[in-house]
Amino acid sequence: MGTLQSLSDEPEYRELAEKTGFSFEQIGILHKRFKQLSHNENTLRRADLDTIPDLACNPIRTQIIEAFFDKRNFHQNGDGTVEEISFEEFLVVMSHFRPPALNMTEEQREKVRREKLRFLFNMHNTDNDGTITLEEYRHVVEELLSRSGALGKETAKGIADAAMLEVASISMGHMEPDEFYEGITFEHFLKILKDIEIETRMNIRFLNMDTTTLCNTGLPSRE
Amino acid sequence: MSVRVALHSPRGSRSFLERGLLLLVMLIFLEGTVLTLGAASSPDISAQDNTGGGDDQRGIEGRHGHANYTKKAFPVLSLDYRHIHVPFEISLWVLLASLMKLGFHLIPRLSSIVPESCLLIVVGLLVGGLIKLAGEEVPPVLDSNLFFLCLLPPIILDAGYFLPIRPFMENIGTILMFAVVGTLWNAFFVGGLLYAVCQIEGTYLSQVELLPCLLFGSIISAVDPVAVLAVFEEIHINELLHILVFGESLLNDAVTVVLYHLFEEYSDAGEVTPMDVVLGVICFLIVSLGGIAVGTIYGILAAFTSRFTSHTRVIEPLFVFVYSYMAYLSAEMFHLSGIMALIACGAVMRPYVEANISHKSHTTVKYFLKMWSSVSETLIFIFLGVATVAGPHAWNWTFVSVTVILCLVSRVIGVVGLTFIINKFRIVKLTTKDQFIVAYGGLRGAIAFSLGYLLDKDLFPMRTMFLTAIITEIFFTVFVQGMTIKPLVDLLAVKKKQEAKRSINEEIHTQFLDHLLTGIEDICGHYGHHHWKDKLNRFNKKYIKKCLIAGERYKEPQLIAFYHKMEFKQAIELVESGGGVKLPSAMPSQVSMQNIQPKKLPPAVAERALPQFTKGREEEIRKILRSNLQKTRQRLRSYNRHTLVADPFEDGWNDFILKKQRMIELEKKMSNYLTVPAAPPDSPTMCRARLASDPNAFYNIKASSDGVPTIQVDLASPQSPDSVNMLNEFSKRGATDQGLGQREGADRDEDQGLMMKPSSAGIEEKGEEGGGNKNPGLMRCLSDPGPSNEDEEDEPFLP
Repeated sequence: MGTLQSLSDEPEYRELAEKTGFSFEQIGILHKRFKQLSHNENTLRRADLDTIPDLACNPIRTQIIEAFFDKRNFHQNGDGTVEEISFEEFLVVMSHFRPPALNMTEEQREKVRREKLRFLFNMHNTDNDGTITLEEYRHVVEELLSRSGALGKETAKGIADAAMLEVASISMGHMEPDEFYEGITFEHFLKILKDIEIETRMNIRFLNMDTTTLCNTGLPSRE
Repeated sequence: MSVRVALHSPRGSRSFLERGLLLLVMLIFLEGTVLTLGAASSPDISAQDNTGGGDDQRGIEGRHGHANYTKKAFPVLSLDYRHIHVPFEISLWVLLASLMKLGFHLIPRLSSIVPESCLLIVVGLLVGGLIKLAGEEVPPVLDSNLFFLCLLPPIILDAGYFLPIRPFMENIGTILMFAVVGTLWNAFFVGGLLYAVCQIEGTYLSQVELLPCLLFGSIISAVDPVAVLAVFEEIHINELLHILVFGESLLNDAVTVVLYHLFEEYSDAGEVTPMDVVLGVICFLIVSLGGIAVGTIYGILAAFTSRFTSHTRVIEPLFVFVYSYMAYLSAEMFHLSGIMALIACGAVMRPYVEANISHKSHTTVKYFLKMWSSVSETLIFIFLGVATVAGPHAWNWTFVSVTVILCLVSRVIGVVGLTFIINKFRIVKLTTKDQFIVAYGGLRGAIAFSLGYLLDKDLFPMRTMFLTAIITEIFFTVFVQGMTIKPLVDLLAVKKKQEAKRSINEEIHTQFLDHLLTGIEDICGHYGHHHWKDKLNRFNKKYIKKCLIAGERYKEPQLIAFYHKMEFKQAIELVESGGGVKLPSAMPSQVSMQNIQPKKLPPAVAERALPQFTKGREEEIRKILRSNLQKTRQRLRSYNRHTLVADPFEDGWNDFILKKQRMIELEKKMSNYLTVPAAPPDSPTMCRARLASDPNAFYNIKASSDGVPTIQVDLASPQSPDSVNMLNEFSKRGATDQGLGQREGADRDEDQGLMMKPSSAGIEEKGEEGGGNKNPGLMRCLSDPGPSNEDEEDEPFLP
């Protein structure tokens, strides 16, 4: 099944490979996974992703799933959300997590960094107004702490406030008492996170070999 | 001997330099003289002993039993060196080491050109030379158990306890490849080629057989953690490279141990069968995994013990040290890898122990580890120098030069070859620059020398030649490579370590990224790196933390713990800077909470409320914060790892304090900052304190009108424009549902410095039930009485 299929999908794969930078094998594997998740249909819905059991204990799963259906991540300058996505869009979202190539110039690196941080920014900025407001940031921290049980909104609020204050201090320097800091813009976001070297951290290893059958997808396995 | 110190030089720096140099020379002479005197005089003294009446028993017997005993005068003063000579000499050596360290840092230019290790070896050479000139026997330090049992463990424990786990684990595959495969390659390459060279006619070395050569190869091929630490600490290279080389030097111990024993065992048999090789591999697995297992067991024991130490805080650090040392000794007992045991023990126990022990104990552990490891390292290098002078040496040009060249070549080939393979599996590839640094940073050190020294003279007639070669190789790597690596790093523009303060935003996003990547991996459908890490974390949280962490703290997620830690640090930082007096016009106001709160919140000042405390606690907090204040005032600035710069917030303090002090002087003319003291009686120390530091009176307790006494630490926003970060966090907060404080009129002009006032509400934290909400960090701080609280009150309390 593998080889026959790869031959027939060659031209589409080539186009996708060019667009996203994945290799053919990686695209093949991801396609298989896509089909597995979507029950062999052509489009993927939120409910399909919800059924992944491993994802259940992740505190930010809603946001992760939302990111897949967020048009801003499709590189088409779109806006808003969709209900279902095709394989191409799935792949484009995944391509945000590709590791950068070995020999890159400084500008290419910068470009990659911006792209990844833009993805993160979009995840936080749910109402798409260009800034992460205090409420949105609080929501992020609450979600992060939600699985840890124990602690309530107060602490989350405190942390979010502190973080926001820090961003404001770093980005704005001084502010008059009656000025109001609207929210974290993308440029500020870049600034505060420039030290974590996101281009080396926000990557996952896309395999060239097929191991998807080895893990539990909650669906009846084919083999 | 009289020494004249020229103190009248017009330029301060030159007199300083002169003083430093003279100090050094003086010290060397002093130590050398005393040591030789000590050694020389012991036979004389012992003779004196018998007649001097140092031993009462014998004196009395003599008096009664001897027929022709003549009564002597009662010995008022007697010299008995023999009695104490061993501890005395040990202390002298330690003192020498410490004074050397002092001396080097008094001469600023020298320490920036030459790495400390080189200087120490030179000092060792001098001292050894002096001792030899005096005709005495050099104490054979590096061969005996002293090195492996006393000098090495503190350094390794220090390294293991403070090992940055995250980068270590992320690169574990690479590190293991370099450590195991790289060391094996080095050993066989060097050993084999040396044997080949020895067989060449004309070198007169043909009696050196294959197995001794391989043994020599295995001794000399291991990268030494002590040397690497000593040199890399000073070049501040980026974290990845540091952890790669350093991790390799730690983990190759297992390989070295196995190879050493294997070849030593079979060198008299003369051959190694395939069976032995298989056994060797099995042995390697046992040695390394066994070492780690032993370390882990002791680490868990230590963590478990620390759970119960809440009532005996004073001996907490002792548990850390003793358990770790026992782990090392137990591993050595079974010929397992002691280094790996120590690393495992330190790394495993650290997160749990730190959650359990008080802040004072934590500081104690940190300081003691740094102190011991620093002294050990100094002593090791000095002894290397001394042992070099002591000999015995058998210089053979061919052997030595071939060794040095081969070591370099094999290291380069090994690193390049391995990186080629490793890069296929790494996400972040290693560049050529990285490879060069890894190869160049492979320094040899005292472990190699000790292993060589331990060889049996009879079995290995060419032992002296080996030792000479080892010493030369060590000198070469430490001097040549050690001195040139810093300029090379600058030349190649290798990425340096980022002195970043860990900010709360980074922490939030690091955690966010972890979860995000785990989620994406799950969606992708393969169980990668992040998936397993996540699973381990969950397992850890669910089961292990429950057992090993005292009280309710195990439920605290990492982000919260981080946040509390930062709050606490900020609180102390601001207290120690003397609070702040607001200059009305000179400084622009900082970004404070109201800037980011939406406008609808009332501008009333809700202070940052810490959980509630009883009056007794207030007193304790005050004492603790005050004592920290006093101690920080005398803190000096210094530059290397031995000054605990691991704590990022401590770095900024000195700058901050200096600025503050300048401003405080400026502000002395301004209105006094004195709020009306309220009903609860202040302790006498508080009154004294307030009077002594008039404008900075900031300990001020007001009675709460609600009857629940709590403490609010309301911290000023900093006045200096470039101290940002968290400090602003502690100015007013717009949290409405926390009870608004009782700040009176004058205090309403914000940011008046540190005031501790009760207010009604506190943060409620779900899951922490019981009367007062306990901020775990402060609880641990408060529950540690420390050895002597009373002393602190006598210290002068002046800004």
